[in-house]
Amino acid sequence: MRQTVEAERPAPHWEDGQTGARQRHFWDSEKRLAVVMIAPAILYIACMVGFPLVLAILYSLSDATTGDPSLHLVGLKNFRDILQDPVFRKSLGNTFIFALVSQTLVIILSQALAMALAKEFRGKWLARFFILLPWTAPIALGTIGWLWMLDSIFSPFDWMLREAGLLGTKNALLGPLSNLYWLGEPALAMTSVILVHIWRIMPLATVILLAGLSSIPQEILEAAEVDGAGFWRRHLRITLPLLRPIISIAFLFGLVFTFTDMTVVYVLTRGGPVHSTQVLSSWAFFKGIEGGDLAQGAATAIFLFPLLAGVAVLILKMARRSEVT
Amino acid sequence: MRSLKKLMERATLYGIVTFFALFSVFPFYWMLIAMFKRDHDLFNPSANPFLFNEPATLEHLRMLLYDTLFLKYLWNTCVVGMSVVVITLIIAVPAAYSLARWSGRWGENLGIGIFLTYLVPPTLLFIPLSRLVGFFGLHESLGALILVYPTFTIPFCTWLLMGFFKSIPKDIEEQAMIDGCSRMGAMVKIIFPLSVSGILTVVVFAFTLSMHEFIYALAFISVSAKKTISIGVPTELVRGDVFRWGPLMAGALIASLPVAVIYTFFLDRFITGFTMGAVKG
Repeated sequence: MRQTVEAERPAPHWEDGQTGARQRHFWDSEKRLAVVMIAPAILYIACMVGFPLVLAILYSLSDATTGDPSLHLVGLKNFRDILQDPVFRKSLGNTFIFALVSQTLVIILSQALAMALAKEFRGKWLARFFILLPWTAPIALGTIGWLWMLDSIFSPFDWMLREAGLLGTKNALLGPLSNLYWLGEPALAMTSVILVHIWRIMPLATVILLAGLSSIPQEILEAAEVDGAGFWRRHLRITLPLLRPIISIAFLFGLVFTFTDMTVVYVLTRGGPVHSTQVLSSWAFFKGIEGGDLAQGAATAIFLFPLLAGVAVLILKMARRSEVT
Repeated sequence: MRSLKKLMERATLYGIVTFFALFSVFPFYWMLIAMFKRDHDLFNPSANPFLFNEPATLEHLRMLLYDTLFLKYLWNTCVVGMSVVVITLIIAVPAAYSLARWSGRWGENLGIGIFLTYLVPPTLLFIPLSRLVGFFGLHESLGALILVYPTFTIPFCTWLLMGFFKSIPKDIEEQAMIDGCSRMGAMVKIIFPLSVSGILTVVVFAFTLSMHEFIYALAFISVSAKKTISIGVPTELVRGDVFRWGPLMAGALIASLPVAVIYTFFLDRFITGFTMGAVKG
């Protein structure tokens, strides 16, 4: 009886017919399987990211327009042209100012917020939901809320300032006009854009830092407290150094997101007033898509590339280091 | 003395949390109020804007649902989102599995390389991609977005899933293969059922990321009826310089909240992807 059972058991697959054996052999090779499975992803990325990237560089060296998209190379002419363009220079400067100022503030503020959220307290889930909203809601829609809040006539900020007597009377601190025109004055418009960027990226930075905080062994902090180290001493000497890699990651991602973003500027100001809040992305969009000048649009966007490459290298280095430890 | 210090600590804690929670939620609260305010109340600069000075109204909501293409935008967004989810799963799941099991320098480099493509921004690609989309005859169609959105969902989702598959010990598959499963069988029958939660995460992200996207949609679509939520609401509810603030705010709020709620549940996994093992545990 036992023998028949033995005989009825399916033969081990290497004793199957020849074709079957060969097929199995093909899929059982780890290397080959790995290559076949990853091929579609690499193919897609090569076609839809790699190729367009090359195309963007080619466009920037050509005189292509939407009307005549044929690639006729003209060398570095576009770059010479846009470097002379005051709007481009303003955009380049703004891109750096918006990204660096907002992300520096985000890193400082989100540390305080992450440390608060690391503690237990009542209503934490609701606070967390509220705090995450700017990141979890679509950015274009969140920014619309700000557009209404910064309205030239109906802004609640202006209303509060008026009620406080700081605005709208003859000797008021902020001037006799009844409104500040948040998006109409260059300096205020820039401040508004930075404020919205902070609002948007802070949840991401906070959650990244929170993950970092939870990985710091509590015993070290407790030991330091027993030894008499105060809050600031513990923060500066223990928490911050241990948190440094994770802070840099939060900073780098925030930098990439604000540096390349055009949604906030597009929805809030469209680059105005008089290009005072224009950034590289929005200017590339207005030139390349709305203006139809593919070549100059591409050349404008290319200026984002060196910074992104730099950030990528830094992230790579950090990824390597974390693999070693 | 000690209890006073504790009290101060608590007060600071609540102070910080309350301040930031209000800062974060305020624009959404502002949408909520505008959504139900009568126009006369909404456009009265001297009235207290924080309160309802006149009875609330559903007029804006009615206008949003019946006089605009809002529901059409929602539908378009869902079509694009679902298609992107399917494409992302088909391409990213095998790729991630392959990278997770393909040990050695090559596999690691390839993984990081794929993640880095996530950092190539739409801003750099929308000009050439708009030509490419035109070449495929997909101008002014949802197909354009379905073709292009995986450029950001695939890299990120592959990276996330890779970490997930790595956490499943290799022994399980080896055991299954000893028990008579083929290599493919071990993967499909043993590993995929174990990764349901990872795959669910990817579904949520591919969907929310495509719902958030703005630049490509703005560059490729200008026909009203083909717009998605994130461009339809900001561009179509504004006519020239006339802002229909009530419906605009209603649309923004209604479209944001559901995504935000789902996203919040999965955010921690999203962050794991970003921190890339810089945080252990």
